[in-house]
Amino acid sequence: MVASVSMKPRESPAIEFNSVRIAFDEGDILRDISFRVMPRETLILLGETGTGKTLSLKLAAGLLKANSGSVHVLGKNLGEMSERDLLRFRREIGFVFQEGALFDSMTVAENVAYRLLEEKADPDVVEPQVREALRFVELEHTTELVPSELSGGMRRRVSIARALITRPPIVLYDSPTAGLDPVTSQTIITLILRLRDIYGVTALLATHRLQDGFALANFHFDQDSNRVLPTSKNGQSANSASSSTRFLVLRDGGIYFEGSPEQLAASNDAYLKRFLI
Amino acid sequence: MANAPLQVSEQPRWEDKVSVLDVLSDSAMQFVANVQEYSYLAAQSLTNLLGGPHYLRDLLDQMDDIGVGSLPIVLLTGFFIGVVMVLQTGSQFTRFGQSALTGDVVSIALVRELGPTLTGVFVAGRCAAGIASELGSMLVTEQVDAMRAMGTDPSRKLVTPRVLAAVLMQPLLTGLADFVGLLGGCAASVFSLRLSAVEFWTRAIDALEFGDIMQGMMKPVAFGFILATVGCYKGLTVSGGTQGVGRATTQAVVVSSVLIIISDAFLTKLALYLADKVF
Repeated sequence: MVASVSMKPRESPAIEFNSVRIAFDEGDILRDISFRVMPRETLILLGETGTGKTLSLKLAAGLLKANSGSVHVLGKNLGEMSERDLLRFRREIGFVFQEGALFDSMTVAENVAYRLLEEKADPDVVEPQVREALRFVELEHTTELVPSELSGGMRRRVSIARALITRPPIVLYDSPTAGLDPVTSQTIITLILRLRDIYGVTALLATHRLQDGFALANFHFDQDSNRVLPTSKNGQSANSASSSTRFLVLRDGGIYFEGSPEQLAASNDAYLKRFLI
Repeated sequence: MANAPLQVSEQPRWEDKVSVLDVLSDSAMQFVANVQEYSYLAAQSLTNLLGGPHYLRDLLDQMDDIGVGSLPIVLLTGFFIGVVMVLQTGSQFTRFGQSALTGDVVSIALVRELGPTLTGVFVAGRCAAGIASELGSMLVTEQVDAMRAMGTDPSRKLVTPRVLAAVLMQPLLTGLADFVGLLGGCAASVFSLRLSAVEFWTRAIDALEFGDIMQGMMKPVAFGFILATVGCYKGLTVSGGTQGVGRATTQAVVVSSVLIIISDAFLTKLALYLADKVF
């Protein structure tokens, strides 16, 4: 690091976990977890099934409360907020659930418009926004379908559209590619790239697939050519995506590894290497 | 040891053995905790009415589902309960040459007791199960979490409309069941006991007093509240995936039906007291 480079005033983290512990009947699931996600940064939560990835996301959205420690999101301590305040605050956060979690009883358009309709927005304003969000995920033609008529990949794309409708500064992704074929997974990752590089969202992404994390670290979406391009090693691309993607590996309730994609790729640790295969 | 996952841990100690007392106290604590959670949810379903947001469209949907959807089962069973009541009581009265009294007995029994209770149990069988399975499925597919994540209180959007719809619809369904039951009773009196329809209706209507109607309309309000809150509670506390949804559905029907019958005893006593003292 060259000292003469003028330092920007340090930004406060978008998401900050401090010594978070959460336990259920079967014991501690997360123990003493501390990490930070800076604005516009993507943190990949990597881990096997049952290591608390989804729990971490739910803690960050205030859907669960930690037994001890604190979770700050956008400067607010979620543990000290009432459920009523949290409901209002969660409009700042987009959450993409593992299977999409679309409302079965509503059409795709109603699902996407849900938040705006809850805020009693004018239907004339809502309609173009819904169309734009669905165009973003390339599912403009599905507005009148119901979720049961969609494929697994389409449901997740609708879920992404639903999460981005209010342009939240933070989006939480829960295993967005789990159970999808490689082509569809690529489509979802491209969408996440676009969301990051066009709207500049801060993301916390839980996954057990290392390739998702490396794809986010090594590629960026180029708005001029409307294509996904590799990010150069020295981080000179327009958005320096590489430097803003970090990995956090969870194991047995604790943080096993935290670092950049390069550090993870260069690691000689036997456990981490299992993810690299 | 991370590298020896199959290594046997240390010998279990004697203290780890579970005694009968532990099991009993654990289940007693679990029961108290469940009652507490249920009471909280039931109270919240009502306090939600005091402030916004309200979900009128969900309320109307639920009124359609619980009210209109339950009509066939309630009307069909109501009619035949009336028929059976007349056949059973009529044969007894005929022995004493008092078959004309059948109308009195059938109308009082139907309006006070059989109409509300049987409608309550039938609607519980249909709607408590439906509510528990719908909300349970929403819970296991993370739709309830998604709702919270998007800033909606599930107790306002899911619970209150169902409870209010059941409370509003249950008295109407009961009233219809009573009426259709009397029609069935009338038909049975005419064809089986050879009474005239006019005689049956006149006696049936004359036998009813305000206290009977009050009792018959007070109970369904409570029964509607019970079946909807139990259905919602069982649905929103599902654990164990889709298998858990099936279990919750069964429990919702059993618990709400049992609570309806138990509360009926207390409500009857209360109604008789009120009819005696107030009206």
